[in-house]
Amino acid sequence: MSVITYRDALNQALREEMHRDDRVFIMGEEVAVYQGAYKVSKGLLQEFGEMRVVDTPITELGFAGVGVGAAMVGLRPIIEFMTWNFALLAIDQVVNSAAKMLYMSGGQYNMPMVFRGPNGAALQLSAQHSQAWESWLAHIPGLKVVAPGTPYDAKGLLKSAIRDDNPVIVLEGEMLYNTKGEVPENEEVIVPLGKAELKREGEHASIITHGKMVLAALQAADQLGKQGINVDVVDLRTIRPMDVDAITTSVRKTNRAVVLEEGWEICGVGAQVVDYIQRDCFDDLDAPVVRVHQADVPMPYAKNLERAAKPDAAKAIAAVKKVMYLE
Amino acid sequence: MATKVVMEALSPTMEEGRLVKWLKNEGDQIKNGETLAEVETDKAIMELVARGEGVLRKRLLNENDAAPVGQLIAVIAPPDENIDALVSSAGSAAAAPAAPAAPAAASAGATQEKVASGAPPAPPPARPAAPPAPSAAPSGNGGGRMRSSPLARRMASENGLDLQGVQGSGPGGRIIKRDIEAAVASGSAKQQPTAGRFVPAGEDYRDAPLTQIRKTIARRLSESIGPIPTFYLTAEFDMERVAEMRAAMAAMGDEFKVSFNDIVLKAVATALAQHPEVNAHWLGDKIRYFNRVHLGMAVAIEDGLITPVIFDADQKRMSEISRESRELAKRARERKLKPEEYTGSTFSVSNLGMFGIDQFTAIINPPEVGILAVGALEEKPVVVDGALAHRKRMRVTMSCDHRVVDGALGARFLQTLRRLIENPLMLVY
Repeated sequence: MSVITYRDALNQALREEMHRDDRVFIMGEEVAVYQGAYKVSKGLLQEFGEMRVVDTPITELGFAGVGVGAAMVGLRPIIEFMTWNFALLAIDQVVNSAAKMLYMSGGQYNMPMVFRGPNGAALQLSAQHSQAWESWLAHIPGLKVVAPGTPYDAKGLLKSAIRDDNPVIVLEGEMLYNTKGEVPENEEVIVPLGKAELKREGEHASIITHGKMVLAALQAADQLGKQGINVDVVDLRTIRPMDVDAITTSVRKTNRAVVLEEGWEICGVGAQVVDYIQRDCFDDLDAPVVRVHQADVPMPYAKNLERAAKPDAAKAIAAVKKVMYLE
Repeated sequence: MATKVVMEALSPTMEEGRLVKWLKNEGDQIKNGETLAEVETDKAIMELVARGEGVLRKRLLNENDAAPVGQLIAVIAPPDENIDALVSSAGSAAAAPAAPAAPAAASAGATQEKVASGAPPAPPPARPAAPPAPSAAPSGNGGGRMRSSPLARRMASENGLDLQGVQGSGPGGRIIKRDIEAAVASGSAKQQPTAGRFVPAGEDYRDAPLTQIRKTIARRLSESIGPIPTFYLTAEFDMERVAEMRAAMAAMGDEFKVSFNDIVLKAVATALAQHPEVNAHWLGDKIRYFNRVHLGMAVAIEDGLITPVIFDADQKRMSEISRESRELAKRARERKLKPEEYTGSTFSVSNLGMFGIDQFTAIINPPEVGILAVGALEEKPVVVDGALAHRKRMRVTMSCDHRVVDGALGARFLQTLRRLIENPLMLVY
């Protein structure tokens, strides 16, 4: 077992899958010569050449569309967006082409492609560059959406995404790239799509979360543990299709749930989680479910305001205490 | 502020309770949640806890006397408060269906003051003022809506607990999991058999007062034998093969041992699955035939009997039936059965074989339409193929409600049962 960064885990996944299948190629801004805006594609140009590691102009809609066309004729493109904030320009290709092609061609065209890049806020990048898009993307039938929170999951989910015959959205995070975790060296790491993981086990409450907020949830769990409060941390890992069984199993055990996400409240992923809970666990609930999310404002630039707007471990702890009637 | 102590509904079917023992004397200081008395319900002996605090000023019910649910049986109040009006209203208040245990008209301020002065601090220190108790509206049934979490409601119904008697500690008085857990704990913590129930009243005889369970049995069974047109079918089964099977299983090790009764239960359940027309309830204006077999098994307990249920008995393996019947009988004798464990049977079996009874008739447990009375297994001389032989035999008698089960139908059921018991390998078919 070796400890590597989230960035290197993604890099390993790309390299391994490009070796495994020569139809796999990566395309995006700065992925080749510059080695990736966040160095995720480091070394790939040297290893695989410029036919499979392709720099593009600053034209998100254009290269996303080229990716869709490539997938239609049998290649397996990985489209890197420098961040998902920039991917808004390409949303038509993602939603209207990639997500619809299998359906509208009557099953003639699979769409074995990956759209990936960092999602959500980093530090002081202000309102336009600090947004979490998972609820937009997970809303669309025809897309699969994953949000790994650890290096292991990043590697395993990206590999599964590349092998899947449907368009898969991979949501990474600038603040995650440098985080470290254990990833086995000499064995295949595959995390199946659609399977959540219980990252921490407890009996008093469930924190259900995904992506970057997994780290906040684990911090919260550690601090709560010192106060004798033990929580389940359910890491969804895949947002669509969502592992409803993992959610309901945990809530049936603990009777109390906190849903933690990076994005905004209204129509957020957490709203869907709460719906599954109320539908399947009504008689198991001892308290209303509490959601923790970004404040309902464009992300402020000022450091103190940004901190106030973001969800974090302290807010998750307060929410757990609320569902336990401890405040 | 005075708190009325009323006879609470401590079981789902309780209509009155007998006060077994007062655990507090007049003049004792009472804390909220403390046990005041032991009350015998129609099913078990439960604890009655205080719903307020102060001094136990007056006890209005003598030990061994019974009171209907809702009747005022004591008053808790500060030492100097005048409670004459309350006490004198005791008789008339008995009839009023006031919400039990609601502290009379507690204003939020007063309650808060009460908490502040001397009461043990509630666990979460910053908790808002004690919740307004469900108020007893003049109309009777309570105008204030009681709040409870879905989980609390489910737990209450699983434990046969009346939410009316539970104090909510959540926001706005919401009853939550911990309140139910506390109520269940206080209700069962000191459950114990009553001692000295028999009162010597003379030299040649003694009078035993009617217990609640005796009353219930009397009411239920006379209800049964009266209006139910019952007839009886008796058959004698050959038990040689059952005995062989049982011995063969036991020879394989202790974990494979089953009793004759287990085998009979399994056979009855299997036969019922094949004869749903016997697996039914008479509901007055209709007959309900069940697709699932929930087998009641009569268990003798200290001062009566109770019929715990093996649910979906036809779907269970003999080992499961054996384990479950043993467990149910044990907990029945300890009076620890939950209400849902002794309701819902679709047919019953009563076995007095262990008392050496050759044959008897059992009384139908309405709304069921049949019950099988099982006698003792005996070695008997019988004629087999024209020659006298000695065989193990067992007699069963089925009581049938003729409104649903006709003679031929009952006979066919017993035929099936005979085939199963005389050829027990059919049980695995």
